[in-house]
Amino acid sequence: MSTRTSAGPDRTVPYDDLLTRYEPVLGLEVHVELGTATKMFCGCATGFGAEPNTQTCPVCLGLPGALPVVNRTAVESAIRIGLALNCGIAEWCRFARKNYFYPDMPKNFQTSQYDEPIAVDGWLDVEVPPREGVDEEPFTYRVEIERAHMEEDTGKSTHVGGSTGRIHGASHSLVDYNRAGIPLIEIVTKPLTGAGERAPEVARAYVGALRDLLRALDVSDVKMEQGSLRCDANVSLMPTGAERFGTRTETKNVNSLRSVERAVRYEMTRHAAVLDAGESILQETRHWHEDTGITTSGRPKSDADDYRYFPEPDLVPVAPTREDVERLRATLPENPAERRRRLQEEWGYSDLEMRDVVNAGAVEVIEATVAVGASPAAARKWWMGELARRAKTAGEDGSAVGLLDLGVTPAHVAELDDLVTSGRLNDSMARQTLDGVLAGEGSPTEVADARGLELVQDDGALQAAVDEVLAENPDVVEKIRGGKVQAVGALIGQVMKKMRGQADAGRARQLILDTLGVQG
Amino acid sequence: MSDPTTHAASGAGAADADLTRLTAVEMADRLAAGALTSVELTQAHLDRIERIDPTLNAFLLVDAEGALATAREVDAARAAGEQLPRLAGVPVAVKDIACTQGLTTTAGSRMLEDFVPPYDATVVARIRQARMPILGKTNMDEFAMGSSTEHSAFGPTRNPWDLDRIPGGSGGGSSAAVAAYLAPLAIGSDTGGSIRQPAAVTGTVGTKPTYGAVSRYGIIALASSLDQIGPCARTVADAALLHEVIAGHDPMDSTSVDAPVPDVVGAAGTTDLSGLRVGVVREISGSDQGFQPGVQARFDEALDALRDLGAEITEVSCPHFAYAMAAYYLILPSEASSNLARYDAMRYGRRVTPDGSPSAEQVMGASRDAGFGDEVKRRIILGTYALSSGYYDAYYGQAQKVRTLIARDFEAAFEQVDVLVSPTAPTTAFRIGDKTEDPMAMYLNDIATIPANLAGVPGMSVPSGTADEDGLPAGLQILAPAMQDQRLYAVGAALEARLRERQGGYVIEQAPEIEVRA
Ligand SMILES: [Zn+2]
Repeated sequence: MSTRTSAGPDRTVPYDDLLTRYEPVLGLEVHVELGTATKMFCGCATGFGAEPNTQTCPVCLGLPGALPVVNRTAVESAIRIGLALNCGIAEWCRFARKNYFYPDMPKNFQTSQYDEPIAVDGWLDVEVPPREGVDEEPFTYRVEIERAHMEEDTGKSTHVGGSTGRIHGASHSLVDYNRAGIPLIEIVTKPLTGAGERAPEVARAYVGALRDLLRALDVSDVKMEQGSLRCDANVSLMPTGAERFGTRTETKNVNSLRSVERAVRYEMTRHAAVLDAGESILQETRHWHEDTGITTSGRPKSDADDYRYFPEPDLVPVAPTREDVERLRATLPENPAERRRRLQEEWGYSDLEMRDVVNAGAVEVIEATVAVGASPAAARKWWMGELARRAKTAGEDGSAVGLLDLGVTPAHVAELDDLVTSGRLNDSMARQTLDGVLAGEGSPTEVADARGLELVQDDGALQAAVDEVLAENPDVVEKIRGGKVQAVGALIGQVMKKMRGQADAGRARQLILDTLGVQG
Repeated sequence: MSDPTTHAASGAGAADADLTRLTAVEMADRLAAGALTSVELTQAHLDRIERIDPTLNAFLLVDAEGALATAREVDAARAAGEQLPRLAGVPVAVKDIACTQGLTTTAGSRMLEDFVPPYDATVVARIRQARMPILGKTNMDEFAMGSSTEHSAFGPTRNPWDLDRIPGGSGGGSSAAVAAYLAPLAIGSDTGGSIRQPAAVTGTVGTKPTYGAVSRYGIIALASSLDQIGPCARTVADAALLHEVIAGHDPMDSTSVDAPVPDVVGAAGTTDLSGLRVGVVREISGSDQGFQPGVQARFDEALDALRDLGAEITEVSCPHFAYAMAAYYLILPSEASSNLARYDAMRYGRRVTPDGSPSAEQVMGASRDAGFGDEVKRRIILGTYALSSGYYDAYYGQAQKVRTLIARDFEAAFEQVDVLVSPTAPTTAFRIGDKTEDPMAMYLNDIATIPANLAGVPGMSVPSGTADEDGLPAGLQILAPAMQDQRLYAVGAALEARLRERQGGYVIEQAPEIEVRA
């Protein structure tokens, strides 16, 4: 079976080159699977990864006679998302049926919202990071939001027997209806113009900012790789200075932030090549291929696609009262970007330090650690240092795990830091204590007690060890006395060995120098 | 008609005829008094079905085993002194549009010929809770599209009054079963008159409750915003008892009304209508509107009877009713085209696989082509067209505006009067085959019943007598404001009692005995 991709790769033009002649216009549609316990219109569970078709019922299978009932939590999540995106919330809106036939859609219509979305006309300011060696400062782009609306997900088709996993060439298809009816929020931007060469980065920054916002709202697990956050990128080019937008393509299967940027960039270069050749862009769906970094043609899409929308007669209108809306507004978390700025200031981190913390996903855990008494510097030192290092290999077979999956709590870290700053443990003992905590032996204090880890505070034992070492190393003593103070390091090691590590190395150094009457 | 045994069909004992001719109220009373067992009563109906139904074709499925099992349980429970619901042990028939767990449910379509639902419709669950033996599933026009049951994929049902005539539709199976004493009670569904028009042409009682008063969960949808489930019976009091069983809020149906069920059973005891204001709707009565003279004559007499009972009769106008038919035949097909999209042979239902290696789309197309009858296809095409972009505003949008105007007509009318009345159907039962080639003539049967569905108000048909020209029964329709269903029962019961006095019995008792055909 031949597909269009067999015709060879599409032509592209160099990115920098196209920007002299064209202005990109983007439109981003993000689908978010809500993390509600049950589906949008029935009581079925929504957990990811269950055996196929085990989380279904007459409603989400579209059996004859079954009727939908709206999930109230999903509506509340939709309103909170709308409010967080600075949208107006409809006082009265309805669901609509989007009619089309496809085997993964049990009713052959999708219950969605059409001309009466729950949230309209909002915005989200996104910070686009500076380019290395080009910009000093990040720049802020205001993404205008057209709407956010509620709908249900479709089932998931698996095409079997072909080489591509796509329907072309497959011998048969399997459908898992566990996903059918999972609540989705679709967030649609207005056309994003004026970003110029930064357009791909704006797209990425927007999806990233949206993801952070949704995570802060605690409405979804926003895992792009599992499909709980999906982005369709509409891209068009118009000649510089033109006012009419060009023909757009809609790229799907963009499953990571990096892919958002790459897919937009690729489509821009492909569009430019087509336009340069005097041809016109075909309005169609494109599929992004992560591995090869290109898009291929999907099905043609035109404005003539007729979904025969009409108001869903099996559901009553959604009419949140103003009190409901205000109650939900009061539950909104601080905007993630503003929160980051506030925390950076409170913690005294540099821009670079803060960016590393953010990229490592460690903002929350550091905040929690500071909240239980650790200094911001110590919290960062532990989580970004020793713990980050251990997380890289803490998984089964040495794979990486998330910081939160290490089994160490913020309270453990604060306690461990306290043991160090109070002088009970030195760094190496702290690491041994951490081993015990990770092995499930208890809190840092419990581990240190159980393992007998404690710096010797009694100078008597330490002095005896120093005296022994000095007696055993007359040549080194001679060197130190002769002015080579740095040679003291060799002696400290021997003292520590005699103390079986249970001494403060700094104190040992001081005692050696004092005993020899040398100024450190 | 004082001696019911004279009507017993030849070749059968009189005992089952005795029992089947009781009203549901009488059955319930005798069961409660221990004078009758549910097994006897249920068996009597099953025997009569076995003898008569091959001629009538009112049932698509008879569940003798299930019905008798329920009957035995009820008898045992009663013997053990258990408190039982009022209708416990009284058998009932269910239109094949309601899903019954483990019992094939076809909606009169080849498409669902082998569909066995894994769940019960809420109405069915309530019937089971009321411990009523379910005799079987009754015939209907395919997906409830029709006014005669001639559009059933499994052959038409015959009218017990005249076997060459239609029993109305879409719920002709339920009304024929009740009229022929195959069941004392039956469940119907009414989208544009499918309970009331069959009741009128079979001399029985049928109620379409307020939209949302009875759960639609598990009812195979025709047009979601119009469909409503209701009782079919031979008397108003019997209908009230079944209404009470099935009505009430259901969290599984978002459009279900969350309010107490009106006291329909109490209202069915009404004998005096003093002070009641009754409005005659000018637009849906009168020979000049195409109503058959005999139907109109019985209606006029019924108005006299209402006057005798103390009601004040006035004429009211509902000017937008003239557009009801047009609006209805845009809204219904639009919703139906979407509701019936799920029958694609992918997960259940009839599947036809074209030769070669067909795509899913080709299988869907072939299956729908083979599974749906002409009337269903006609309405799907009509609805698909009406919802298409570029036509939506002119058709579906405009029809919704008409619907609003009709609702306002009702509101204005109910400011002047307590109930509205009209003949239920313009004619008595027509002959099988008379209108199958002329969809418009068929659609006109529902001219008086459609406005209530568009506005969501409740309506009932009670027998008004038989027409002089053909001796066939006619019905009077009563309409009330939303959630005032008890008014239907008050007016219906008082009128029924007065006509019974005048005519020497219930209208249904004038029905000739059925001649069993080979
Ligand atoms: Zn479900």
